[in-house]
Amino acid sequence: MPMITPTHYMLLSAALFMIGVIGVMVRRNIIIIFMSIELILNAVNINLIAFSAQLQNVVGQVFAIFVIAVAAAEAAVGLGIILAFYRNKETVNIDEMNLMRW
Amino acid sequence: MGEAIAFYFISACILGFAVLVISTKDTVHSVLFLVLDFLFVAALYVLLGAQFVAAIQILVYAGGIVVLYLFVVMLVNLKRPPEAHQDPHRRTNWGLALSVAVLVELAAVGGYSYARPAPALAAAVAASPMPVTGNTEQVGWMLYTNYLIPFEIASMLLLVAMIGAIVLAKREL
Repeated sequence: MPMITPTHYMLLSAALFMIGVIGVMVRRNIIIIFMSIELILNAVNINLIAFSAQLQNVVGQVFAIFVIAVAAAEAAVGLGIILAFYRNKETVNIDEMNLMRW
Repeated sequence: MGEAIAFYFISACILGFAVLVISTKDTVHSVLFLVLDFLFVAALYVLLGAQFVAAIQILVYAGGIVVLYLFVVMLVNLKRPPEAHQDPHRRTNWGLALSVAVLVELAAVGGYSYARPAPALAAAVAASPMPVTGNTEQVGWMLYTNYLIPFEIASMLLLVAMIGAIVLAKREL
């Protein structure tokens, strides 16, 4: 069986990223869309950690921690927006979220 | 050999649960699949020798963020499923087409770098010996020396996000 190279991790990361992009593009429930964004951020983290291990350099892990912090902030603010919107419009369907549509 | 088996098993679990996350009808099931997905990503980090980030992943993602999602799913009590309302102007096929376009771009970048590989990355490895050993000590050393300012900015960002979420979720200001 061949060795696991960084290419394998990059392929896994790209596949996870693509699944997240498809979720953002196709689903209508905004909570599912937020979860897809979390999947995308995880794909980025896998890439960072894989290169950190490959280069024997710990900076990739530091940046992965920053990505996790930003993801936590994004989830908190985004879910607050969802709750505020749901109180006003009684929906989580993005097709009905067209208040600011031109 | 063992590493390869572990990698392929964990990868299959990650991708399978990710597909389940975006394809399940019930939002609560989707959140639970997201927890499993994050746990397997943490297992992948352990496989890569990043134990500290794996612990952070389990604590922050699987323990904190996903519980937040679960709260919101429970609070947003849907009388009608959001997928039932079909916008006649929505173009799902375009969404899929755009996703395929992103995939093609990724493949193009990958093929280009495969055809013309970058100069040896190993030469870029900084030869700065750290006075500590062990994964957690190394990460902490970097966070509190070279990356102190970004670290403080990240804490500031979290504070602002916390206040913003409270203000957004209040019923009236």
